[in-house]
Amino acid sequence: MRNDQCTGEERDNIIVVKNLHKHFGEVKALNGVNLTVERCKVVTIIGPSGSGKSTLLRCINYLETPTYGEVWIDGELLTRTQKQLNAVRTEIGMVFQLFNLFPHLTVLENVTLAQRIVRKRPLEEARSTAMEQLQRVGIPEKAGAFPAQLSGGQQQRVAIARALAMNPKIMLFDEPTSALDPEMIKEVLDVMLDLAKEGMTMVVVTHEMGFARAAADEIIFMDDGLIVEQTTPYDLFNNPQQERTKLFLSQILHK
Amino acid sequence: MADKVPLPQTGDPALSLTLEGISLKPEKDQLGKRLSEFPWWFVAIILIAVGTAYIIVSNTNYREAFIFITAGLSITIITSLIAYVFALMLGLLTGLGRISRNVVLNNLATLYVELIRGIPMLVLIFFIALVGVPVVVDSINAIGRWFEQAGIPLVGTLLTSVNNQAVSMNVRAIVALSVTYGAFLAEIFRAGIQSIGRGQMEAARSLGMSYGQAMRCIILPQAIRNVLPALGNDFVAMVKDSSLVSLLAVRDISQVARLYAGRSFRFREAYITLSVMYLTMTVSLSLLVRVLERRLRHDR
Repeated sequence: MRNDQCTGEERDNIIVVKNLHKHFGEVKALNGVNLTVERCKVVTIIGPSGSGKSTLLRCINYLETPTYGEVWIDGELLTRTQKQLNAVRTEIGMVFQLFNLFPHLTVLENVTLAQRIVRKRPLEEARSTAMEQLQRVGIPEKAGAFPAQLSGGQQQRVAIARALAMNPKIMLFDEPTSALDPEMIKEVLDVMLDLAKEGMTMVVVTHEMGFARAAADEIIFMDDGLIVEQTTPYDLFNNPQQERTKLFLSQILHK
Repeated sequence: MADKVPLPQTGDPALSLTLEGISLKPEKDQLGKRLSEFPWWFVAIILIAVGTAYIIVSNTNYREAFIFITAGLSITIITSLIAYVFALMLGLLTGLGRISRNVVLNNLATLYVELIRGIPMLVLIFFIALVGVPVVVDSINAIGRWFEQAGIPLVGTLLTSVNNQAVSMNVRAIVALSVTYGAFLAEIFRAGIQSIGRGQMEAARSLGMSYGQAMRCIILPQAIRNVLPALGNDFVAMVKDSSLVSLLAVRDISQVARLYAGRSFRFREAYITLSVMYLTMTVSLSLLVRVLERRLRHDR
């Protein structure tokens, strides 16, 4: 069941980032990043820690306000207007490293709350959408549980369901498996792989090279707040052009 | 890991043997520990309360003092309760102001908190009741006159009809306590909100919720739960500090006890009874707070 918007020949750029800079005081996290993501594509961002990959991701939905530069989402230039940002964020799901589920709410309430107060869906519709998404991530039986009663992998899958329940056009993943015990990484990656197959536009910051190989249309290597290389996973792993990319790959692939 | 080091099962005779061997000696220590951890202070307070109750029942002088002072009990309770509700609202708003990125709101909130915390409570009570309230009433009157001159007599008459004599000392006392405690509660709310990790706000905002929605549905429910014991403790403190309003001639139990002592010269009867009445209220409220605290800890 591919996304309807992905069947046509022409695909527009759903995310366009132009000359993006982000400074935290003296620290320059992003130094002029340019990036375009086509609709229905899966883009993976890799790079050493402190290279600005998470900052770039967080600038795409303005969770961090860029110091300078432009972000266009689906043809719309983001400004600092809260009303516009709330509307745009509704269309962009985000999954965090530490899940960030709401601990005082049940799993079902976690997945229905934003549908109700942001999308203004009636309770019944919100519930059925929530159950649909929980089914998709494989834990409908945990609907009544509280986040603290779930394993890390289950929590992250609920977080994915919570984002998907808003029917976003884009999904952002910020190191979704980094805080998980090794045996739980696969269950989360499997959900993400399914999502990629269905044609969701995804930007994924990750250290999981297996996922990048299997699902990514494009892979981006970042260092020092800049995109060093942007190509297909095959080319990046087999034929990296830049010295920094080669060094990084040799370190993480233990060659 | 588990197959390398077999863990002893509960039914394992070897384990129960060692456990018994160990548990023999600590049993004595445990008794000592229990005795030292027993709340003796609480027994003492119960004894004081029971003793005083007995004296009040058996001694006519004490009984007379008790009956006289009880007349102020409703004022003490009502003043504390109403002032606390207003202080909660004021404190929540100010706490939100303290964490706000809006420069004006943030500075106003901080100014209020710092002013209140820098002045003794007794002085504040006099100041708010005898200076603050009249100044506010005069300003309201001035605005009313302005409305009348501007040709809006209805609002004008309404605003000029308020006068200082009409604002009773009871009301002023409640205003004074609310404004004072609002600043303390603001700091509790601020700490509570800041104790919730940044990720919660980010997750809520990433779902398209506005700042207000995220605050109301995600941050505040968790924050308030965390600070419930602290809020309870401040209510206990407010019940005690409500005795200061007796200096505004509000007839709470402190004022009535002073009147009784002054009239009968039975200082001992008046102040022992008064103290035990406060103690009964504060200790039982503190116990409630402890129970609440324990339940919140278990829920986690």
